[in-house]
Amino acid sequence: MSRRAWVYGDDVNTDLLAPGYCLKLPIEEMAPHCLEAHDPNFAGNVRTGDVFVAGENLGLGSSREYAAAVLKYLGIRVILAKSFARIFYRNALNVGVPALFFPQAAEIKIGDDLDVDLIHGTIRNKTSGKNYSVKVIPPRLMEIIDSGGLIPHLEKQFARGK
Amino acid sequence: MAQTLVQKIIAKAAGCATVNPGDMVTCGVDLLMLHDGSGPRRLLPQLKKLQAGLWDASKIVIITDHFTPPADQESAAMLKLTRDFVKDYGIENFHDMQGICHVVLPEFGYLKPGMFVCGGDSHSPTGGAFGCYMAGYGWTDVAGIAVTGETWTVVPQTIRINLSGRFAPCVSAKDIMLLLCRTLGMNNSFKVVEYGGEMIAGLSVQERMVLTNMATELGCETGMIAADEVMLGHIRDHGGVVDNDALAWSSDADAGYEAVHAIDVTALVPQVAAPHSPANSAPVVEYSGVDVDQCYIGACTGAKLEDLRMAAQILKGRRVSPKTRLLVAPASAITLKDAVADGTLQILTEAGAILLPTACGACAGLGAGVLAEGEVCISSTSRNFKGRMGHVESHVYLASPYTVAASALAGHVMDPRDIMAGTMGVGNEVLS
Repeated sequence: MSRRAWVYGDDVNTDLLAPGYCLKLPIEEMAPHCLEAHDPNFAGNVRTGDVFVAGENLGLGSSREYAAAVLKYLGIRVILAKSFARIFYRNALNVGVPALFFPQAAEIKIGDDLDVDLIHGTIRNKTSGKNYSVKVIPPRLMEIIDSGGLIPHLEKQFARGK
Repeated sequence: MAQTLVQKIIAKAAGCATVNPGDMVTCGVDLLMLHDGSGPRRLLPQLKKLQAGLWDASKIVIITDHFTPPADQESAAMLKLTRDFVKDYGIENFHDMQGICHVVLPEFGYLKPGMFVCGGDSHSPTGGAFGCYMAGYGWTDVAGIAVTGETWTVVPQTIRINLSGRFAPCVSAKDIMLLLCRTLGMNNSFKVVEYGGEMIAGLSVQERMVLTNMATELGCETGMIAADEVMLGHIRDHGGVVDNDALAWSSDADAGYEAVHAIDVTALVPQVAAPHSPANSAPVVEYSGVDVDQCYIGACTGAKLEDLRMAAQILKGRRVSPKTRLLVAPASAITLKDAVADGTLQILTEAGAILLPTACGACAGLGAGVLAEGEVCISSTSRNFKGRMGHVESHVYLASPYTVAASALAGHVMDPRDIMAGTMGVGNEVLS
């Protein structure tokens, strides 16, 4: 499976990821507009399994969950950033996309082939040959990821409770 | 062990004696606020999927403000869905088209010191002006809270801002926040900003709400202000019931802050943030003379009664320049009623302001007042990201209501102190 990196800088905000005028639209109609003001090539070319890499404060701004959900819809399976805006970070986990704090994000180049191991907290850049270790997602939140997001996680919990 | 205000509230919500920054805890939620954008339209499918009901309908407040009044059929359908949901799920705390959620909540006395409150909107930190913890959540988190009544958080570090001095004329809380966006930056994620110092005691509740509201732009989990008599009086005046020990909701004197910053506001001048970031701010003189197609006074940040009064001080007896347009969207129905009663609205409309519906509106690129390609707007709102208020190639400058009103008179970015001093440049036809 392709693990190509899409690489962006600091402060990629929720208005760029999910423009306000698209908020009434269903996600399939909104998706082509993701990042259109920032990188018009992204939405049309991203493939399932790709990795989204960003700098500081990814997802600052609105609480709109579309900002994270649209990345998942377009195929992004892992998000790496130097730092995250709090609501965006929570939203990513809640829709089932792992988000890892990655201080060396700037060393990744567009199109690099990345292998991300969530369990051990390792990132292997197969293009450059470099290996990185990152903080793993706390176990309690990893349960949400493993379930595929908060709603399926709650479904499981409720099923256990019954 | 000494605790900050946020530690005390989280400890209470988590059922612990004390908590430390970095602890991950589960908090019981005292109140959940939703709006038409992030609320029932997102919640309903998830409730159905979970085959679950609400944890406690009496602890949920729903306020329509994003797609109001409906300007197209999609918006109308969302609002109808919201109203149907409220009926079907027995939610009594429903405020339909009464204003922007962050302004409406305290108008009805919902918030009080010590509460742990969750809001389905990023500007939820506004509620921190009432001594509570109030943070923003996306819609799946909201669904989880609506069903279980609890959520996780990591206990945040606190950044303390000590404010002293007195505002010079035409300077306001908005200018403090535009300054802080520049000096603290917008990446204070998973931290809390707490405002204190002798200046806070004399600051009105609505101005305090600007400080906590724009904690969002600092990237903070929430903004907080300790309980005091001004706050408690305001809550009681709006129908809220305050606990006897409410004044205890403050940080201990020896609490550990991650950082402490002091600002003497006496020397502060009006600030303007240029496109496309609130952190891109500078004293107004840096941008004076930039032509503006639109001047916008609106949103939870900048259209409460006091904001409208600031604009009126500048606009009284003067006329908006024919080179621009001034749009005013009062933040709530009560704001509008009060602005009619005290004559503020008359001053604004006589100056040529165009009155828009009470709603989030153009601040979020929704509803009336959005921008065309190439247009420039100066706005009393909180965010000026690219494309935020309309076309991707539009440009938004952020400023206080004073500065937006002054710019409306001039047709370009204008220092409001020059209007007040009557020293507006020759060649401007706007002075009466």
